[in-house]
Amino acid sequence: MNTLASNAKPTSILYLDGVSVSFDGFKALNSLSFVIEPGELRAIIGPNGAGKTTMMDIITGKTRPDAGEVFFKGTVDLTQKDEAEIAQLGIGRKFQKPTVFESHTVWDNLELALNRNRGVFSTLFYRLTAEDKARIEEILSTVRLTNRKDDLAANLSHGQKQWLEIGMLLAQEPELLLVDEPVAGMTDAETAETAILLKEIAKTRSVVVVEHDMGFIRDLGVKVTCLAEGSVLAEGSIDFVSADQKVIENYLGR
Amino acid sequence: MITSFLAKALGRNIVVTVAILLTLAALVPALNLLTAPDHPLHVPTYIVSLFGKYLTYALLALALDLVWGFCGILSLGHAAFFALGGYAMGMYLMRQIGARGSYGNPLLPDFMVFLNWKELPWFWHGFDMFWFAALMAVLAPGLLAFVFGWFAFRSRVNGVYLSIITQAMTFALLLAFFRNDMGFGGNNGLTDFKDILGFNIQSQGTRSALFAASAVALALSLVITSGIVRSKYGKILVGVRDAESRTRFLGYRVEHVKLFAFVVSAMMAGVAGALYVPQVGIINPGEFDPANSIEVVIWTAVGGRGTLIGPIVGAILVNGGKSVFTAAFPEFWLFALGGLFILVTLFLPKGIVGTVRQFVERRREYHKAKAAEEARAFAAAEPQAAE
Repeated sequence: MNTLASNAKPTSILYLDGVSVSFDGFKALNSLSFVIEPGELRAIIGPNGAGKTTMMDIITGKTRPDAGEVFFKGTVDLTQKDEAEIAQLGIGRKFQKPTVFESHTVWDNLELALNRNRGVFSTLFYRLTAEDKARIEEILSTVRLTNRKDDLAANLSHGQKQWLEIGMLLAQEPELLLVDEPVAGMTDAETAETAILLKEIAKTRSVVVVEHDMGFIRDLGVKVTCLAEGSVLAEGSIDFVSADQKVIENYLGR
Repeated sequence: MITSFLAKALGRNIVVTVAILLTLAALVPALNLLTAPDHPLHVPTYIVSLFGKYLTYALLALALDLVWGFCGILSLGHAAFFALGGYAMGMYLMRQIGARGSYGNPLLPDFMVFLNWKELPWFWHGFDMFWFAALMAVLAPGLLAFVFGWFAFRSRVNGVYLSIITQAMTFALLLAFFRNDMGFGGNNGLTDFKDILGFNIQSQGTRSALFAASAVALALSLVITSGIVRSKYGKILVGVRDAESRTRFLGYRVEHVKLFAFVVSAMMAGVAGALYVPQVGIINPGEFDPANSIEVVIWTAVGGRGTLIGPIVGAILVNGGKSVFTAAFPEFWLFALGGLFILVTLFLPKGIVGTVRQFVERRREYHKAKAAEEARAFAAAEPQAAE
């Protein structure tokens, strides 16, 4: 099982080793192992059904693995925690389909996402402090939504919703950000802007991006992991991975 | 902390509604008690009691709106909490009868004497004190909601499945309360009440006081629910309704969020039930009928879910309609109710209050756009005029 050098574990931000899970006999993940270093921006590619979303479900506590280890910061066993606990530990997740609170304003979306006490009674008596206000304004400008702050999230364009969701993740102040297909359905200009935004974000935290758009991944210019049938097929620079015979057969060639 | 909570609660619509309710609480008893029966402004006692009953229904609908309108929990068992509050009050009223019952037993209510019981069951103790009964009218529904919600929300029972088990809950209580050996009067329930807090329950003054108490309780609950839904917690509640997984991945404990609203809502329903029973003079297992809970959903939908004021309007209108309709065409009421629900769902999906609000907002936006356009036209015309 121990396919990774175990000395990578203590220094890593995210450590997956031999993770397997199956649904009704279908092996969604098959002994998946990889390590993300602190501050790293990593792209994950792979054909449909390769297990990319299942991998995110396991890291964020939505699905429990049948076997294998998942550790955050080398010591925290993520397989023993649920979604809310994992989010509070500092792992943020962006869904494939933009998921924001449509009937709230952009501002309220960010206010709810802020990394503050999330108990029932502290939220019941919560008052917006100057510090929180400044933080929300800062995020608004980072995700370029300052002039839409009072609009309902439902009225944003698709690309703006994606950015709002990224903004909400920033408000959560995670140490590790999991981003599922952030540029799906975006225009070319939006895609290029998103690449800049993600690189900016990755300066202060670790980011894992799942994406199909090879141009976008080339823009990011980072280490790429290619998954297929639930395990790692190849890992390295985009040029290295896209030259790999197995990757071409399984993913790029088709 | 409390003041900021209240300051947020008091939007314009809420202030107006609370003012109306408090005015009614003072005015209606005054018009009933201080004017002669032939005076044109006189409010007959039966009207006072009838509208007092409607106000308790309105409170029940408001309670449902907190969980259904704002959190998407379609409870089809809210009448159970209402009935539990009613039974707590009924037990107090039974104990007040004392030796005036048909069997003249100073301690045991008539039905227990009839069943040959020798002593008061343990759960009837304390109900001779008003404060204890009042506390139980809130705690009993609250506890049931807590236990039920704890298991349902932790197991992530959602949507139609949750609705079905709430329906099952009220049905189970219906069957349980029908049993004589449960100790709540079985089929007949609790009735023949004599007085409340020492006042004759039939008297004009008591009827007026109960009406006023119902109006004040409704006003107070409206302020509390409004404070809840306008707080950050309330925004999370709506977040859970619209995108539950998003709230979970933001680190909120969705089950706690739901549980709090559910328990508060059940407690309010309990208060409504406790105010209802002395005004109608009876509580029996029929109040647990699943159909009652469904009716509450209809009032809320007609008035407008998620608007707080809508359910109040809906409960009063539908029940007013029911009183008129059942007197004129008794057989057709259920068809009318069903038809109303279908019509509202098809043509007024936001309910009465929701539709009015939407109309007002559209008008405001239209006027704003028109004003902006005129300003632009004026600015364009200006340089030419200057030439």
